[in-house]
Amino acid sequence: MEQQHARDVLSFVEDQGRKETLRFITCGSVDDGKSTLIGRLLYESKNIFDDQLQALESDSKRYGTQGEKMDMALLVDGLQAEREQGITIDVAYRFFSTDKRRFIVADTPGHEQYTRNMATGASTAHVAVILVDARKGVLVQTRRHSRIVSLMGIRQVVLAVNKMDLVGFDRKVFEDIVADYRAFAADLGFEEIQAIPLSGLDGDNVVVRGANLSWYDGPSLMHHLETVEVIGAAGRSAFRMPVQLVNRPDLDFRGFCGRVAEGSVRPGDGVRVLPSGVRTTVKAVIDGFDEVDVAHTGTSITITLNDEVDASRGDVIVAAEDPAEVADQFEARLLWMAEHAMAPGRQYLMKLGCKEVTATITGIKYRQDVNTGGHMAAKTLELNEIATVDISTSAPLVFEPYATNKVLGSFILIDKLTFETVGAGMIDFALRRASNIHWQALEVDRSARAALKHQEPRCIWLTGLSGSGKSTIADLLEKRLHAQGRHTYLLDGDNVRHGLNRDLGFTEADRVENIRRVAEVSRLMVDAGLIVIVSFISPFRSERRMARDLFAAGEFMEVFVDTPLEECERRDVKGLYAKARRGELKNFTGIDSDYEVPEAPEVHLRTSGTTAEACAERLLKELG
Amino acid sequence: MKELESASIEIIREAVATARNPVMMYSVGKDSSVMLHLARKAFHPAPPPFPLLHVDTRWKFKEMYAHRERMVKESGVKLITHTNPEGLAQGIGPFTHGSGYHTDVMKTQALKQALDLHQFDLVFGGARRDEEKSRAKERIFSFRSEGHRWDPKAQRPELWNLYNTRIQKGGSIRVFPISDWTEQDIWNYILQERIPIVPLYLAAERLVVKFNGQWIMVDDDRYPFKDGEQAVMKKVRFRTLGCWPLTAAVESEADTLEAVIAETLNARGSEREGRMIDTDEPGSMEKKKQEGYF
Ligand SMILES: Nc1nc2c(ncn2[C@@H]2O[C@H](COP(=O)(O)OP(=O)(O)O)[C@@H](O)[C@H]2O)c(=O)[nH]1
Repeated sequence: MEQQHARDVLSFVEDQGRKETLRFITCGSVDDGKSTLIGRLLYESKNIFDDQLQALESDSKRYGTQGEKMDMALLVDGLQAEREQGITIDVAYRFFSTDKRRFIVADTPGHEQYTRNMATGASTAHVAVILVDARKGVLVQTRRHSRIVSLMGIRQVVLAVNKMDLVGFDRKVFEDIVADYRAFAADLGFEEIQAIPLSGLDGDNVVVRGANLSWYDGPSLMHHLETVEVIGAAGRSAFRMPVQLVNRPDLDFRGFCGRVAEGSVRPGDGVRVLPSGVRTTVKAVIDGFDEVDVAHTGTSITITLNDEVDASRGDVIVAAEDPAEVADQFEARLLWMAEHAMAPGRQYLMKLGCKEVTATITGIKYRQDVNTGGHMAAKTLELNEIATVDISTSAPLVFEPYATNKVLGSFILIDKLTFETVGAGMIDFALRRASNIHWQALEVDRSARAALKHQEPRCIWLTGLSGSGKSTIADLLEKRLHAQGRHTYLLDGDNVRHGLNRDLGFTEADRVENIRRVAEVSRLMVDAGLIVIVSFISPFRSERRMARDLFAAGEFMEVFVDTPLEECERRDVKGLYAKARRGELKNFTGIDSDYEVPEAPEVHLRTSGTTAEACAERLLKELG
Repeated sequence: MKELESASIEIIREAVATARNPVMMYSVGKDSSVMLHLARKAFHPAPPPFPLLHVDTRWKFKEMYAHRERMVKESGVKLITHTNPEGLAQGIGPFTHGSGYHTDVMKTQALKQALDLHQFDLVFGGARRDEEKSRAKERIFSFRSEGHRWDPKAQRPELWNLYNTRIQKGGSIRVFPISDWTEQDIWNYILQERIPIVPLYLAAERLVVKFNGQWIMVDDDRYPFKDGEQAVMKKVRFRTLGCWPLTAAVESEADTLEAVIAETLNARGSEREGRMIDTDEPGSMEKKKQEGYF
């Protein structure tokens, strides 16, 4: 008997352990009957204890709005101050369970701070219950709540038409409201709208179908919540796990801890660590105290890897063959949650997954009016406003679009001084790939090297007469770039002629070969990720063209340092013009060898009447 | 269960990854036992990388002290205990000074002292949102300003599972990893994972007296018997554990974990009922919280 009993409990507990949790949010305007409805769900599912019920009875007398009837709403209203004012001001979470499921209800009020609170509650909800007062029908608030719910990625809603008792349980009233709502919600991307007529006060259709609503043949609210199938995100399921922390108790163990954001992982699986893109395989998957054969989405695990790869908090371990994207510029939808307005250009901390970076809103595309759905131009974003924005980050982020994966597609913005959470965002897509490094991570390629240096490699080719100012400008430019943290190299006659090209003279053939070698060397350096500044007279168009052709479009920048021959000859810093005039130097450009003026240089620097500093400044601007 | 467990482990790891000097409140009760178990899972094969803090009012049940020692040994975690020295010197106790004053000095003040003394910036607590109405709105990462005050208006919105763990200078965070667990979940998990708990949770013949209309276990000789008053043996168990004079026992036959769960399922009293501090006036817990009660 005792044993039998114990076994029953054990199997009960096992069943409980398997029970799914459904999280839902309730949205309604003040007085639509939201608190009453939740109170009734709790009450009817017997999740209210006797002592709470007693408290309820005495509270009902003190604060209730229902006279002698018990006020269900008092079961769920929390903080004392709000209770005395008769309003709720935040997000509250309620728990109840039935034989079928556990439920977590996010209860949010319909006034003032509504957008922020509702977004908070909706961010973790699978389903939204949108309350409508049968007497009032679909209101501006109903539309606003629905838009927020849609924005937060909820695809399944329940349209709960409440207070049916006050409209005589009239079928037509219900059907008109439903038709009205469906028409409005057509473009909100809901995959399922279940409309239910009910009375929260009397209980009709909350848990059991009410006799007053015999014309309705759908499920009661509770029945629907117990059975609704949660629609998951789009088909793909590739392993992704943001690294929360590296567990390194001693030299022999290095575990990467995190919660699987998508897909599953098994020992032996090929993985990459992003953003670096390094490839390795999984050695062991640890779930709690045990090594397991597989772990699925949502499980907190520790994995060990077969190679000593570098991975730290904020990196993401992904399926080797199906990696996530990496980018540093995004288009996202942003909800502003702080009292002080968001200003584009200001820096915020951005947290996505386990990664924190500095981010700047580079522009507001448009603001979305949650009441009308209309798009408006905006310069700033106020509390509770939503906009589509461009964001740029200080370091590349591993992400997925929010519609594909909520964990890797959502982020918060944090004020750098007060550490308040000021914004919540959802990534739509990358504006520009920071790098596509993970595709070729096996061979380290040019963009991988460049990404490491956070720069776009370039070849800046300065051409012009001897003494035109090439070297001075090149020198200044390199100093400026270096100060900005760029990785540069300067190639000029001095460091090339004495080494690499010391076997070359000044004949036309040697000059051609000279330029060919310099061009090839700069190509290698660009490949290595450097910004290369070449300062050579390079008088012939064909050689400059040859050099240009070695580079990808946009990588080569031809700069014509244009100083009149008279001026060069007047400066004659090294006395070369004088020598050439005296015939001591053969094939001197401008004297007895031609300088072919560039026809379409990227930059044409006319040096007369300006300074070398200004010229360098101009080039810096051109580089962007 | 798996989902709850994973979510709690995620919270614990997130907190530890970003805190400077974390600590876990350890009250020896069932919620603390579950929390400690989760922390051990989160960092296995290493022990949890933070100490446990037990605020000792010196009025806990003897069996709680014994259980505490056992768990510390088993888990390899460091234990820090703290008792308010002034309170101790003044001999403050619930019978002589009243439950409210005792709790304030020996628990609330003592906790603040311990946090200040060790400069902890992050404190794990085992509170659950289903315990009491005002808890339903508590954040998982709850921010306290200097002086440990909780301002309901200064709390940060928590979207998705993205926690803003940044702490202002002088402030601290309370983190509640088992916020979303219900009393039922706690019991189920204890059974499923075979987590050791203080035997007081199971019914046994115990020496009790009626005090303010509830059964109190006479755990030592500090109970002030009135003339003619006598303790009696009753088969009782506890739904929650604290200071013995402030924790009411319920009559029960449930002497196995399974039986306790079966009883809980049919229970018609919420667990805070046994906690006397809560019944004085509406919103009492809320007031305690603003004053820094955990
Ligand atoms: N007649 C009727 N009144 C209701 C119903 N549901 C709620 N109410 C009443 O509407 C008022 C507002 O309800 P409450 O639950 O506090 O609304 P909330 O502001 O949405 O939380 C209260 O007076 C309720 O008793 C219903 O189904 N029928």
